[in-house]
Amino acid sequence: MAQPTAGAHDGRPESGQHMALISLDELVASVPDGALIALPPDNSLVPCAFVHALIRAGRRRLRLLGVPVSGYATDLLIGAGCVAGVETSAVTLGEAGAAPRFTQAVTAATVAVRDSTCPAIHTMLQAAEKGVPFLPLRGLIGSDLLAHRPDWRVMDNPFATDGDPIVLLPALSPDFGVFHAEMADADGNVWVGRRRELATIAHASRRTLVTVERIVAASLLDDERLAPGTISGAYVDAVAVAARGAWPTGLLDAYPPDDAHLAEYARLARSDAGFRAYCERYVLPLRAEVAVA
Amino acid sequence: MIRAEERLAAAIARLIRDPATPTPRHIAVGAASPVPAAACWLAALSGPQLRLSFLHRREGNPFTEGTRELFDLAGQGRIDLFFLGGGEIDGAANINLIGTGDWPGRAARFPGSFGSAFLYIMVPRTILFREEHSPRSLVARVAHISAPGVSAPGVFRRGTASALVTGRCLFRFDAGRARFTLASVHPGETAATVAAATGFAYDTPGEVALTPEPTQGELELLRGKVRARMVDTYPAFCARVWPQGESEGRAA
Repeated sequence: MAQPTAGAHDGRPESGQHMALISLDELVASVPDGALIALPPDNSLVPCAFVHALIRAGRRRLRLLGVPVSGYATDLLIGAGCVAGVETSAVTLGEAGAAPRFTQAVTAATVAVRDSTCPAIHTMLQAAEKGVPFLPLRGLIGSDLLAHRPDWRVMDNPFATDGDPIVLLPALSPDFGVFHAEMADADGNVWVGRRRELATIAHASRRTLVTVERIVAASLLDDERLAPGTISGAYVDAVAVAARGAWPTGLLDAYPPDDAHLAEYARLARSDAGFRAYCERYVLPLRAEVAVA
Repeated sequence: MIRAEERLAAAIARLIRDPATPTPRHIAVGAASPVPAAACWLAALSGPQLRLSFLHRREGNPFTEGTRELFDLAGQGRIDLFFLGGGEIDGAANINLIGTGDWPGRAARFPGSFGSAFLYIMVPRTILFREEHSPRSLVARVAHISAPGVSAPGVFRRGTASALVTGRCLFRFDAGRARFTLASVHPGETAATVAAATGFAYDTPGEVALTPEPTQGELELLRGKVRARMVDTYPAFCARVWPQGESEGRAA
């Protein structure tokens, strides 16, 4: 019989306790080499300033989980040599096209790719969120994904009388869930609006790190209109202020994605030299707005 | 002048409203699908009420429970129609979004499978769309199956592809035979040019129809109200297809 193991959330601050408000560099320092980091897709509060800081800090052998797909941040980390493996449903730069460093790394076999499909990633995180060892998911049978995922199992639906094969997916608890939000309060409650997939990331991850545009004085949970879009500080381990921290991706209705910049990235990152030039111009210098924050 | 994208959007809009299939009430449109998105808006603006849910809409995103909500809806059967494409599509309607060469795409890597391995099986009707129609994209057998065209007996499946729309033609899919039939060729193409560009076997009727051109009314909608609704999500697509559309869009 399976024995209970140490909970995924050991060491997490008790609800109501004040989370740590720290600097972006301290936030990055709390992430060791080799960590499994869950990241949202480009349209959902990507912590780009954090990712740039990870690259400056020279993190290595990171494993990235795209929830459920990956974009600019993942491509950039791969190009910068920070990544050993990626689990994702797709890597894309949207209208800017294919993700060049990811594509190059797959064909050169320099990064291990574990292909998934969007609802499977959600379901594995939801299993972790519920504290159950697995959850079933329809579909998938007949896809070659299944043959390349020894961690996914097929069993007959125990409630059916006529077989009915269904896929079981194991719970997945990332070491870190990281995202960028518009605001946090002093209790570490974080407002993400309708981007509720970030709540699933926060619920399932062992530690959740958040960068924000600003800290607000009033509790986000005291406002009936903000509370449904707020992730409780019970799940948030540390917050750092990083102004325009989602740039060059967008932040809800606060600022749109910088489409011209993403197109420039897509163009430069097609070659090794172009990617290096991009990093020297945009990633390695400390961003002024972050430095003063 | 009629743009290729307008012709394709109008053809897909006609498929959406195809009287031979159940009337869709709720259509979801995935990422990076500007032509299907245009087709959906065209169908919604020119026919009975239709709910459209765009996964990547920048403003007014319909999903308030996170991106998993789309898959939960589809799991319940609350999405009637979806669109899928593939780096490769084969004659049994298998789609490959993984890549070619050894797994996971050592020769050429595609973006990845997105939600296809689930949605293709759980949505009652899928329209396949692949603008590039060449022996490279439409192949005898896909290198890897992201999502299968048909499923084995006894495996739960709610629907399959009904059609494949390409830059050259429209195929209908018969799931019982796991085989496509050429339904119409776009202006400038013939049964022979389509055959030369297709890597998989399919059936060709004795007389091959021509894909109808968009009507004047459809073109006006596409260049006006449809463009206005798409420019937020697909700015680059709108600028390319409708470079003069700015004023019409605002007026709409």
